[in-house]
Amino acid sequence: MSLPLTADRQVTHEAPERDLLKRVWTNAGWFSVTTHQRLGKRYIITAFIFLLLGGIEALLMRLQLGAPENTLLGPARYNQIFTLHGTTMMFLFAVPMMEGMGVYLVPLLLGTRNVAFPRLNAFGYWMFLGGGLLLYGAALTNTIPDAGWFAYPPLSGPQFSPGKGVDVWAQMITFTEISALCVAVELAVTILRMRAPGMTLNKIPMYCWAMLVQSFMIIFAMPAVMVASTVFLLNDRTIGTHFVNPAEGGDPLLYQHVFWFFGHPEVYIIFIPALGMVTAIIEANARRSVFGYPAMVLALVGNGFVAFGLWVHHMFATGLPQIGEAYFTAASMMIAITSGVQIFCWIGTLWTGRLRLTTALHFVFGFIFIFVMGGMTGVILASIPLDLQAHDTFFVVAHFHYVLIGGALFPLFGGFHHWFPKFTGRMIDERLGKLSFWMLFIGFNLTFFPLHLVGLNGMPRRVYTYPVSLGWGPYNQLATFGAFIIAFGGVVFIANVMRSRKLGAAADANPWDAGTLEWATTSPPPNYNFECLPVVAARQPLWTDSPEQGSVVGLRDDRREVLVTSFLEAKPQSRYVIPGETIWPFITAVGFSIGLYYSVFSFAGYYVASVLGMIGLIGWFWPRRPLELRP
Amino acid sequence: MRSVACGMLAASALCAQQSALDPGGRNAQAIHSLLVAFFGLLTTIFVIVIIMAAVPLFRRHRGIEQEPLERTHQPGEATEKRLGLVVGIATAITVLILIALVVVSVSVGKASQGPSRPGKRMTVEVTGNQWWWYVRYYNDQASRIVVDANEIHVPVGEQVMIRGTSNDVIHSFWVPGLQGKRDLIPSRVNTEWLEADRPGYFRGQCAEFCGLQHAHMAMWLVAHSPADFQAWMDNQLKPAVAPSNSDEQRGQQVFLDSACAICHTIRGTRAAGQVGPDLTHFASRLTIAAGTLPNNKGNLGGWIADPQNIKPGTHMATVPVKAEDVQPLLDYLESLK
Repeated sequence: MSLPLTADRQVTHEAPERDLLKRVWTNAGWFSVTTHQRLGKRYIITAFIFLLLGGIEALLMRLQLGAPENTLLGPARYNQIFTLHGTTMMFLFAVPMMEGMGVYLVPLLLGTRNVAFPRLNAFGYWMFLGGGLLLYGAALTNTIPDAGWFAYPPLSGPQFSPGKGVDVWAQMITFTEISALCVAVELAVTILRMRAPGMTLNKIPMYCWAMLVQSFMIIFAMPAVMVASTVFLLNDRTIGTHFVNPAEGGDPLLYQHVFWFFGHPEVYIIFIPALGMVTAIIEANARRSVFGYPAMVLALVGNGFVAFGLWVHHMFATGLPQIGEAYFTAASMMIAITSGVQIFCWIGTLWTGRLRLTTALHFVFGFIFIFVMGGMTGVILASIPLDLQAHDTFFVVAHFHYVLIGGALFPLFGGFHHWFPKFTGRMIDERLGKLSFWMLFIGFNLTFFPLHLVGLNGMPRRVYTYPVSLGWGPYNQLATFGAFIIAFGGVVFIANVMRSRKLGAAADANPWDAGTLEWATTSPPPNYNFECLPVVAARQPLWTDSPEQGSVVGLRDDRREVLVTSFLEAKPQSRYVIPGETIWPFITAVGFSIGLYYSVFSFAGYYVASVLGMIGLIGWFWPRRPLELRP
Repeated sequence: MRSVACGMLAASALCAQQSALDPGGRNAQAIHSLLVAFFGLLTTIFVIVIIMAAVPLFRRHRGIEQEPLERTHQPGEATEKRLGLVVGIATAITVLILIALVVVSVSVGKASQGPSRPGKRMTVEVTGNQWWWYVRYYNDQASRIVVDANEIHVPVGEQVMIRGTSNDVIHSFWVPGLQGKRDLIPSRVNTEWLEADRPGYFRGQCAEFCGLQHAHMAMWLVAHSPADFQAWMDNQLKPAVAPSNSDEQRGQQVFLDSACAICHTIRGTRAAGQVGPDLTHFASRLTIAAGTLPNNKGNLGGWIADPQNIKPGTHMATVPVKAEDVQPLLDYLESLK
């Protein structure tokens, strides 16, 4: 059976043309890289390092809480560590990791050569790294924020949080939000305008739909946190505005509204890409296209919209009018409908497909178990009377770890195993993969299930210790034990990756025999992704035998040229020369970073950032001809 | 050192749980019943969904090493149609269940939040401070207003309105045995209603992260029979008892002459500080340092000698007291019944 987009039907290049393509797409140097694969890998590896740091912080917290009246960490240290943990996991791990996977995978799934704005992509990575270095650089000098990852004023204000910790926190947000916005803009444009010809809106792989929804959510949500952390909090702290200072007529609840208008969508920004990964894994391993494609897409888009309408459920205890609260209860529960539709469609797909139980699929089943339970506790938290008991207790801690670890981390690990051959050109060891899955799954449930109970038994969040007499000890002990199983599962995973990267069996182009375009090119793909850009006629082009599928001809190989297609129908419209390798995004990011670091200490830092950043931008936008090579 | 109130109080049956699962009044009871209903329903749904998801695992599937039998397994249109029907029905059921849950939860919310019936009511004003609770019993007659700290006393069967605010950062008032939580926000006043239907001790704790000693910002809510409550209130209305012996007299002098009087009030003396808790009836309290330690002379001595050791970061100043003055000071404070 011949398949149109596998080697036999693709137009291939003659050796000199291929050589030209290779030379045009050569990486120029460590700091000048603009190819999406390299940057995607950097995002993934950097974010993974932050995951490890956040994980170590989590273990320290669990050790402290493992026994009542423990004195391992004092209150000051404990508060710093939980602030670092939340901040790291949200801003330096989860979002950048999802972005990194998107940066790597989206152009491959769409059948193009790079993202729409490669220099912006590089700039985004360097800003993300700058933000991470700011937070952990400050941590090394013991300037650690300690007002929580949400930094509610007035506690985070100048009066109650003197010192520079909170300024570091707020400015770190600036870095990561710039980075996230860069990726969101470039992925949205890539998905809308650079799809393979024939990939109409209803043929976009579900993962790309998820990234598109996520990108728009970032574009709407991130400016809100900029208002909260920079306009309100930093200005209150550094130049004495009183936006959120109640002592001078400011309103601390205003901060909460704006923060959660970002903060709730943030959770979906993290887990919506994961839902796309789940679909990709299920399709490849149940051997069929996902059931209910239109319903799934609408559910994703619906999730994206509804996510902006339920921030108040983080604020039920603040004493808002009851009628408004009822609205937000209903909105919060609506999320269960859109998520439910997706779960039903996946289950339907699993029922009617034929399963191949890879490690990736293990993680998907783990995801369904954990995520559905997190959804159930989410329904509890949407109900105001129940939320007023459970809010700010360990019940909530349990809930959002079920949703975020179950909903995002498990699919992410699954996706990592699934795409590992594409990333590295080698197969990942399945036995070790399954071992790490079971350790993570069991460890996770041992850690977080007891926290539901201890929360309902009255244990509030963010306490560094608790009395023996309240009976919370055994639950916490179990949770601490489970946390170490998770840690060992992580070690097995890392060992597996290290080993398989060197010793794994060589992977061919399509080891899972999957249907989407990333599997149509070699593993790992060359810098230009495809010798000839593919033309598709189905959702699973590699499973579809259609005369309409084939290859794009007529693009120049002597410069970095890609095809721009129309928004709805993906009809070829124009050729677009995308920028090549350049060091200016790096220099610009360094300039901004120096200024923004300095702004932690003085408002003058903003002037420095403007001047240094401007120098970088002048170099960046200096008119020059695109690189063209002679054959 | 940091042995906690409840540990020793357990013997005297003071150690009621701080638990939403052990309601002691009608508001918390309504919430608890709702929780049980939600829990039952959601557990059932969870089990059904997981079973449905797990079924394909037990049907024929391929090990990873096996050669694929066919490239893909796209089912026919009839199967897809039937599947569509099943998914549609499941979604419809989900929608109906959620609508029902919204209706039930809003109505229980109304019933559990407001004063639920006519009858006697009282108002207690609670002000959050880093890291203790200022408590004021409101009364139309100014002379019958009582000020207390870290303890709330209520009569059984009376509906109590908590009017809460904060002096510094955001705190959250939470006595899970009686009611859900309500944030105490500076420059705003929030209210909530609670009611105890049996005498007993209910522990509460600050539920909004409020800085270094968030973990040690607890309180006890004590529900008395109406007669006991009246007796307690009458005692609180009196000024502090006068020293009854020379030691206590000396202790009072030490208190008044040292920095203690700058922050604390003892009605009936010239100590009128407004920064820390009112100590007029200090010895009648169960705990010191907002639920951190049981109230006895030993703990009090340790607390006064080195508050930072017991509650690092506390705003209680370390006041130097001469060694020979310590015992009289403790005698005096523990006489303030």
